[in-house]
Amino acid sequence: MKDRLDVLVCYDVSTVTDDGARRLRRMAKACAAYGQRVQYSTFELKVTPALLERFLQRAQEIMNPQADSLRVYFLRGPREEVVQTYGRDGWTDFEAPLIV
Amino acid sequence: MTRQLLNTLYVGTEGAHARLENDTVRIELEGERLIAVPLHHLASIVLFGGCTASAALMMRCADDGRAFVLLDRNGRFRARIQGKTSGNCLLRKAHYDAHADPFATLALCRTFVAGKLQNARQVLLRGARDLDAAGRAEAAATVRLAAEAHAEGILRLPEAHTTDEVRGIEGAAAQAYFGAFDLLVTNGRTEFRFGGRSRRPPLDRANALMSFLYALWTNDCVSALEGVGLDPQFGFLHVLRPGRPALALDLVEEFRAVVLDRLALTLINRRQIDADDFEVREGGAVSLTDDGRKKVLGEYQKRKGIEVPHPLFVEKVPLGLLPHVQARLLARHLRGDLEAYPPYMP
Repeated sequence: MKDRLDVLVCYDVSTVTDDGARRLRRMAKACAAYGQRVQYSTFELKVTPALLERFLQRAQEIMNPQADSLRVYFLRGPREEVVQTYGRDGWTDFEAPLIV
Repeated sequence: MTRQLLNTLYVGTEGAHARLENDTVRIELEGERLIAVPLHHLASIVLFGGCTASAALMMRCADDGRAFVLLDRNGRFRARIQGKTSGNCLLRKAHYDAHADPFATLALCRTFVAGKLQNARQVLLRGARDLDAAGRAEAAATVRLAAEAHAEGILRLPEAHTTDEVRGIEGAAAQAYFGAFDLLVTNGRTEFRFGGRSRRPPLDRANALMSFLYALWTNDCVSALEGVGLDPQFGFLHVLRPGRPALALDLVEEFRAVVLDRLALTLINRRQIDADDFEVREGGAVSLTDDGRKKVLGEYQKRKGIEVPHPLFVEKVPLGLLPHVQARLLARHLRGDLEAYPPYMP
C-alpha cells in the first residue's frame, strides 16, 4: 500500500462533435478502470507508478490533444490530511476490507 | 523484499450478482450498483452461496491469475476457478519445497510457536489483571507465573535447532497455560471447572466448549488455506497424517488463546452458556447438546463479525476474515514475497 500513489485525474473533453461524445465515454471508462469517480469528470486513483503509466498511455490514445484536456494532480500526503469533502461523498477505500 | 498485499472482495449479499465491466468488477443487487472495484486492487474475489457471477468475470479472473473462490454460507470451501496460468502449481511447489527444506520448516515452526506463546501470554496477563481487580491477588500471581513461563519459552525459541525442540518448548508452555487456565474461569461457576485439558473425549464442559470452538475455527482455516491455493494437509509444525489438516492446525495455533479461549471464557463468565447446554455420555465424555451447539455457533458467527485491528492494516478487519488474511500472508511467504510469516499478534 505504501508504494501506491494517490492521484487526482481531471479531464475536460470537448463534446462539440460526435467524435467528442465518443471520446468522453471512452475517457470515463478508462478512468473507471483505474480508480473511482468522485465528481463528474474527476477521478481518484490509488495506483502504482506502473499502473499510472498504463492509464496515461491509454488516456492519451483516447483524447484529442487540441480539443481536450487532462490534468493529473499528485496528492502528497495521507488522504485524511489532504482531502476535505463537503456534501455528498461516495468515495470507497479499495484497500479496506471489501465485504458486500 | 516485501510486496503489496492486494485486497479481496467478498460478496455475500443474497441475490447479488457480480459481473465484469471493462476492467472493474461490478456488484449489483436488483439492478442497483452496490460497488464497482477496479480489478487492479484485487488479488481475489470470494463469492458466498446465494450470489451469482458472470462467466466473463470468472474468465477474466482466471486469465489474470486472480483467485475466484466459492464458499458456502458457513464459510466452508466449495470450489475455485482454476485458469490456464493460475499460478497454483507454482505455489504448491513452493509449499512442498519449503516443507522439504529443514531450515525453512524450522523457521516456520519457530514463528508459529512464537505467535502462539505471545498470544497465550497476553491472555494470561489480562486474566491476571482481571483477578487483581477482583481482589484475588494469589490467583493473579499464579497466572502471572504461567505468563512468565511463556516469555521464557519465546526467548528459548531462537536456540531451538530442531522442530522437536520447538515442539518441546510449545509443550512446556501449554502445560503452564492449562495449569493456570482454571483460574481464568471466574464467576464461581463450578459447573465449568476446568480440570486440565482433555480431548478425545473432553471430560468436562469447558473442554467440550473449547474443543467445539477449535473445530469450527480449524475448519475456517482449512477453507482459508484452500482458498489461497495451499494444501491444508502439508503442515510444518504438526506432523503429517492422512486426512489430518496439519497446516490448518499450524495456522490455528496463534489464534487458540487470543480468539478461541477468550471466546469460551466470555461465554462462560458472562453466563451466555449453561450447564444444561451440555450432556454427559457413557464413559464420562461431555459434549454439547443440539441446542447448545446452535447457541455456540450463533455466538461464534456473531463474534466473527466484530471488527478488530490488525497490525498490518490501517482499517479494522472482521475477526472472521483473519484466517483468510493469515493464509494469504503464509502463501506470500512460501512464494518468497515475504521474508517471514507474520503471525497475528493483536
